[in-house]
Amino acid sequence: MTTRAINLRIGAFLVIVLSAVALLSLVWTPYDHTMLSVTEKFRPTSAAHWLGTDQLGRDVLSLLMAASVNSLAVAFIAVGVGGAIGTALGLTASACGGWVETAIMRLADLGFAFPALLFAIMLAAAFGPSLSNAILAIAFINVPIFARVARGAANQIWTRDYVLAGRAAGASQFSLTVEHVLPNISAALIVQATIEFAVAILAEAALSYLGLGAQPPMPSWGRMLNEAQTLMYLAPQLAIYPGLCIIAAVLGFGLLGDGLRDVSDPRLARGRA
Amino acid sequence: MTMFRTTVLTALLTSAALASPALAAGTLRIGTQQEPTVLDPTSDATASISGMLAHNVYEALTTVDESGAVQPNLAKSWTISDDGLTYTFSLVEGAQFHDGTGFDAEDVKFSFDRAMAEDSVNPTKKIFEPIESVTVIDPLTVEMKLKRKDAFFLFNIAQGAASIVAPESAADDVTHPVGTGPFAFAGWTRGDRLTLEKFAGYRDADSVSLDKVEFRFISDPAAATAALMAEELDAFPGFPAPELLEQFEMDPRFKVVVGSTEGEVILALNNGKPPFNDLNARRGVSYAIDRNEIIEGAMYGRAVPIGSFYPPHGPAYVDLTGMYPHDTAKAKELFTESGLEGGEVTLRVPPFPYATRSAEIVQAELARAGVTVKVENVEWGFWIDEVYKKQNYDMTIIAHTSPNDLSNFARGPKYFYGYQSDAFDNLWDEIKTEADPAKRHELEKQAQTYLAENAVHAFLFQLPKLGVYRDGVDGFWASSPVLFQPLAGVSIQ
Repeated sequence: MTTRAINLRIGAFLVIVLSAVALLSLVWTPYDHTMLSVTEKFRPTSAAHWLGTDQLGRDVLSLLMAASVNSLAVAFIAVGVGGAIGTALGLTASACGGWVETAIMRLADLGFAFPALLFAIMLAAAFGPSLSNAILAIAFINVPIFARVARGAANQIWTRDYVLAGRAAGASQFSLTVEHVLPNISAALIVQATIEFAVAILAEAALSYLGLGAQPPMPSWGRMLNEAQTLMYLAPQLAIYPGLCIIAAVLGFGLLGDGLRDVSDPRLARGRA
Repeated sequence: MTMFRTTVLTALLTSAALASPALAAGTLRIGTQQEPTVLDPTSDATASISGMLAHNVYEALTTVDESGAVQPNLAKSWTISDDGLTYTFSLVEGAQFHDGTGFDAEDVKFSFDRAMAEDSVNPTKKIFEPIESVTVIDPLTVEMKLKRKDAFFLFNIAQGAASIVAPESAADDVTHPVGTGPFAFAGWTRGDRLTLEKFAGYRDADSVSLDKVEFRFISDPAAATAALMAEELDAFPGFPAPELLEQFEMDPRFKVVVGSTEGEVILALNNGKPPFNDLNARRGVSYAIDRNEIIEGAMYGRAVPIGSFYPPHGPAYVDLTGMYPHDTAKAKELFTESGLEGGEVTLRVPPFPYATRSAEIVQAELARAGVTVKVENVEWGFWIDEVYKKQNYDMTIIAHTSPNDLSNFARGPKYFYGYQSDAFDNLWDEIKTEADPAKRHELEKQAQTYLAENAVHAFLFQLPKLGVYRDGVDGFWASSPVLFQPLAGVSIQ
């Protein structure tokens, strides 16, 4: 088995474990993660609390589990919404060509130039910080990315013989796009989405760390990191656990995305191997 | 009260020790969280300006000691007329400004007239509002006439906003402060540090032990800890993170001093609109919260609970923490009566650790009593605009750090409390004009009780002053009755 194949498997394994934990936490966590018990704070690992308790006496394992849902949901919604809008714009650009294409792609360039963090801070300043604003900011950065990927891939499909045949048969640009172009670029989009998942999880953690994402009592790895910051001398595990979770999630989606790209584009794999 | 007595005793002992000529001299490096915006306390309210400069670079007619009592300063003594409206100040001889110009009664008149002028930018104009006129009798005597009696007048004119400045240098004070104090301004590197040097021409220069003071601006608690640990700082008198104190306590290189401030931390309720215009809803909140849990969780046990709006170390304090014992069932009952049970309220929290941490616990406690609290952690600017100016909030958590601020409740419905009570307004009018301290304290006790009975807010705890000092640093106040911290009495070995 090549290193690439191993990476793909490691990525898939991490993603599956993470998703399973997130799904499990919807129905069961060891404790209610909102349950405070100040007298029980900073407990070390024990049979009752597998990963101990935090500065307010909450069960750390339950918090991490509940936060995984938050991370995945944010990534899923943000990449989904951003990806859908971006893909639609990219396909439109590719199908219409001409000034429409130029306009859309220049707008995408503009979007690229806009840092997500700045956008999130602007949203927070205007509407107050909230998870939905964080999602909006992350979705926003995904729009130009997907617009570019979709347009690049679609432009290749438009030159294929079966598309030309369809056009000769009188099919509209719209039906050609939906029936032939989109299905043929979906592999590229899925690969991109998996990679962007990793980026989105990191972005959510960063925004929550800065207080611009999930608001209490909704748990978030980024906010747990922030709260653990001054507790490093007292209880370093409170920073290490959410840190490890973020690493695992980002690594998992990153490896899975890379692996999928290699599988979907054998030329690239052979060329690099 | 025992703790209060001990701190006073410590302060007395320290000042006695310092009365003898100081043996050691040197540079004191003080860590501080907030950088000043400008260097003139008579033009900007930012607390760190007074914190660093008042009574170090600038002086005022009076000063305040660690217990909060008024002491003479540039005015060595004063007499008050029988009607309480005319104050005659005798000024010290031999004081001079750092630029070499002499200090006399004209400087006092100039400073007060400047602060009282129409176009004055003084941040605390209410200090000067009762003054009718300031008259120079001779170079060492000033007479002030008041429009009405003001029980807090001598205390108020000790504050940074009433600093005495010179006509020659006042315009440049924002960047180059010139006062009559024991330390002269030596430099300000924005974002890094502010340096003061001992003023050789200070009238009592022999009593000043330090040669040089450096304030270093370190806002991040983790960075502050690292700087202390690396011995790059000698003192951090307003240490921001109670959870980190234990490691300093265990380290023989440091000493930790926990004192009090004038900051009452309250869970402020917007009395001006539903749901908290209803007394039952407000009382419900008071029953729902558990102060001990909040203090343990948010302050790591380093704070004293309060039951009303008055500091526990103050002379008129009355303990009202028992008025609403923690009782979730009772809270639920009151919430049901007021129709708030099952409802949702918003808690907008400013970016201070004591507030954000308390918010999470308050949220959990109110959830137990059947009220959902939506916590919004907001930026300071947003808080000032939306909460403080526009009263756009249900609840917030904030420390009120000014002394004698029971007056907040007499500021009318436009103030962010949204609170107005004729009974309280009358009470406050009596307090502020009562010259006899014993009678005034009695009235202040009534005021505290009145506020607690009406559960205007939920009163949480007194903000502690957490000081971390390197061994060998002496003379810092354990508690802060005012914003400033005089450094003339501080020494380092």
